[in-house]
Amino acid sequence: MLKYLFNFVIFPGFLFTACFGLMACWIDRKVTSRIQWRVGPPWYQPFMDLVKLSIKEIIVPRTASKELFFLSPMLGLSAATLVSMLVWLVNIDPGSKGFSGDIIVIVYLLTIPAIAVILGASASGNPLASLGASREIKMVMAYELPFIISLIVPIIKSHGLLRLNEIINYQVANGPFITSLSGIIAFIVMIFCIQAKLGLVPFDASEAETEIMGGTFIEYSGMLLAIFKLTKTMLMVVLPLFLITLFWQGFSFLSLWKYVIILVIIILIRNTNPRVRIDQAVRFFWGKMTLLAVLAVLLAVKGL
Amino acid sequence: MNFKLKALTKSIWVYHMSTGSCNNCDIEIIDMLTPRFDAERFGITLVGSVRHADAIPVTGSLNLKAVPRIKQVYEQAAKPCVVIAIGTCSCGQGIFKNGPNCPNPVDSLLPVDIYIPGCPPKPEAMIAGIMKLIEKLKGNITIPTA
Repeated sequence: MLKYLFNFVIFPGFLFTACFGLMACWIDRKVTSRIQWRVGPPWYQPFMDLVKLSIKEIIVPRTASKELFFLSPMLGLSAATLVSMLVWLVNIDPGSKGFSGDIIVIVYLLTIPAIAVILGASASGNPLASLGASREIKMVMAYELPFIISLIVPIIKSHGLLRLNEIINYQVANGPFITSLSGIIAFIVMIFCIQAKLGLVPFDASEAETEIMGGTFIEYSGMLLAIFKLTKTMLMVVLPLFLITLFWQGFSFLSLWKYVIILVIIILIRNTNPRVRIDQAVRFFWGKMTLLAVLAVLLAVKGL
Repeated sequence: MNFKLKALTKSIWVYHMSTGSCNNCDIEIIDMLTPRFDAERFGITLVGSVRHADAIPVTGSLNLKAVPRIKQVYEQAAKPCVVIAIGTCSCGQGIFKNGPNCPNPVDSLLPVDIYIPGCPPKPEAMIAGIMKLIEKLKGNITIPTA
């Protein structure tokens, strides 16, 4: 019992993933600023942002639904913590076997932060926030379809294993799935899906700062905004890690370069693309990406 | 040093408020955030919503239409929040001193923390002014009040 609590709060769970994620966030900002030919913030900048936000005042709008406004950031953070604990433990703790079907549990848990953002935005009673919430709903519906279809590829290739631990062991024995044709197609689709899950630039229509003034987060201030930002940074660790687990033989601290490669790909996509409209994003995910994912599934069934 | 104060001064998020300016100061504020001057070195970022802001740079001569709006914007900001008067118009009304449309100086309505004069002030001047404001908040220097 105490071990689970330790796992949840300190080591692979909340504290460790948060620190790891804040460093990843710094790498994101630093690489972005080097691409834009400037110096960029010092390494402790994300920590300072978080501390500053948490000591500021929390303003609750008069039209807001108070309970939901306070609870939805906690909902998102707890889901992100739980999923980070599950994914880390499968990868770095050899004693942890996971449980059958944990891949499905993780897919459900990864949806909860987006739902928390939607709930919080619609609870805040701001018209621009409700606009952002409606865009976020459309975005969730758009990216979940190719995400789940391409998730089927590693399950087919490992002959129906639903346990992340067994999928890693299968890859260690038979080579990573990313080296096969269907694996690389599904991996590319997944990269675009996690870009949308993280709400980074080509797909950040729901929190467009220049257009709807922060969108879903417009009424959030202080500690609650800090919790939302922390959830985003934790997902920035968990989603690439989940991808490595599914396609790339799993993660250990010696193979940190795998994580860095995926992170840099995400940052480069972010920095070289303009924001797409929500209808363009839905068309992109339900059209090209879903077709690619179905193609990958067919190839996987053929054994390629 | 006080850790709270360090966190507050190391990560200043800016929400830009124009009260009827000629847009020169606004363009210079945007210039301050460009790669040449790179205000993100000091943690200064432009944010979309006033709820996230730590500093409100006010530009313009504050005409009558803008008076209730700027009050509302300041009340909606999460405190602690500083107000920076940028440009001659918002520092001392400039050429609109006797104008019928702009009877209120900015500092008669809001607690202005620092004045950055100029028409428009250069980005270097703004960065220098914000650095002086940080020193003032830390208590290292005292700036004589107007």
